[in-house]
Amino acid sequence: MRLRSLVLCVCLSVLPFAAFAQQPPSGDFVPVDETIPGEQIPALPLIATAYGFIWVALLGYVWTIGRRLQKVEAELADLESRGK
Amino acid sequence: MLALAAGMFALAPWMINAAPNEATMGLVYKIYFFHMPSAWMFMVAAITSGVASARFLFLKRPSADGWALAAGELAVLFGAFTLVTGPLWARKAWGVWWVWDARLTSSLMLFMIFVAYLLLRKYGGPGADKLGAGMALFGMANVPFIYVSVNYWRTFHPLTSVVPTLPVEMGIPLWYCVTAFTLLFIVLLRMRTRLEHQRARVEALYLLEDES
Repeated sequence: MRLRSLVLCVCLSVLPFAAFAQQPPSGDFVPVDETIPGEQIPALPLIATAYGFIWVALLGYVWTIGRRLQKVEAELADLESRGK
Repeated sequence: MLALAAGMFALAPWMINAAPNEATMGLVYKIYFFHMPSAWMFMVAAITSGVASARFLFLKRPSADGWALAAGELAVLFGAFTLVTGPLWARKAWGVWWVWDARLTSSLMLFMIFVAYLLLRKYGGPGADKLGAGMALFGMANVPFIYVSVNYWRTFHPLTSVVPTLPVEMGIPLWYCVTAFTLLFIVLLRMRTRLEHQRARVEALYLLEDES
């Protein structure tokens, strides 16, 4: 009984070390110095997209307001001339 | 005023280019100079729409409905700017396009409330103005929650304390862009409200014509 307990204790204490020893070397984490610059996300296209989107959407919106305003004012002028 | 706003927007790239890069985020933080003023105008538009809707609902001012609708449309416009530029910045700064934190989720909710408001106003038929006014009030109530959310819930998003603590060389371009966006908001709000008031006049004239 004592011998069995002793064997069990030895096995349990050795197993974790064995498990760690069997782990393959991890290749997932690369030190910062080794990062290839080409693999980083470039900032410039993100900035250009952000500013480009705002400029295009703004110009488009101002144009649609102008167009809608022109249409309504023409309709208003027509109605007012008919009423006279 | 439109010419002044357009002039300020034309000069904005030079102002932003002159600002130094940020230590941890580098160049990409420069999206902030358009992202933050857009987010502020998004909230200002929601408040304007809510206040005008309250005037329309409780004080029975028909002209206030035009202001509410115009500001509601601007809330969608500036909300789109915020929700497009934010993820572009986050992709580089955080490594992800989006996180479901309190600030981003509540901002998306506010945007969706105003998209729903515009759809209701366009396709809701009779009574949509009053229903829409209630919706705009609900949207306005969301604004203080969005503003303080970064200070109370854990998030990657910069806190509200960033703006007052900015160094001068970053603060000047930021306040320049805030001024440009504020001017733009005022100009667009006036143009859009004028359109709504002219439409109301056209409808009134058609009614008059039908009656006679």
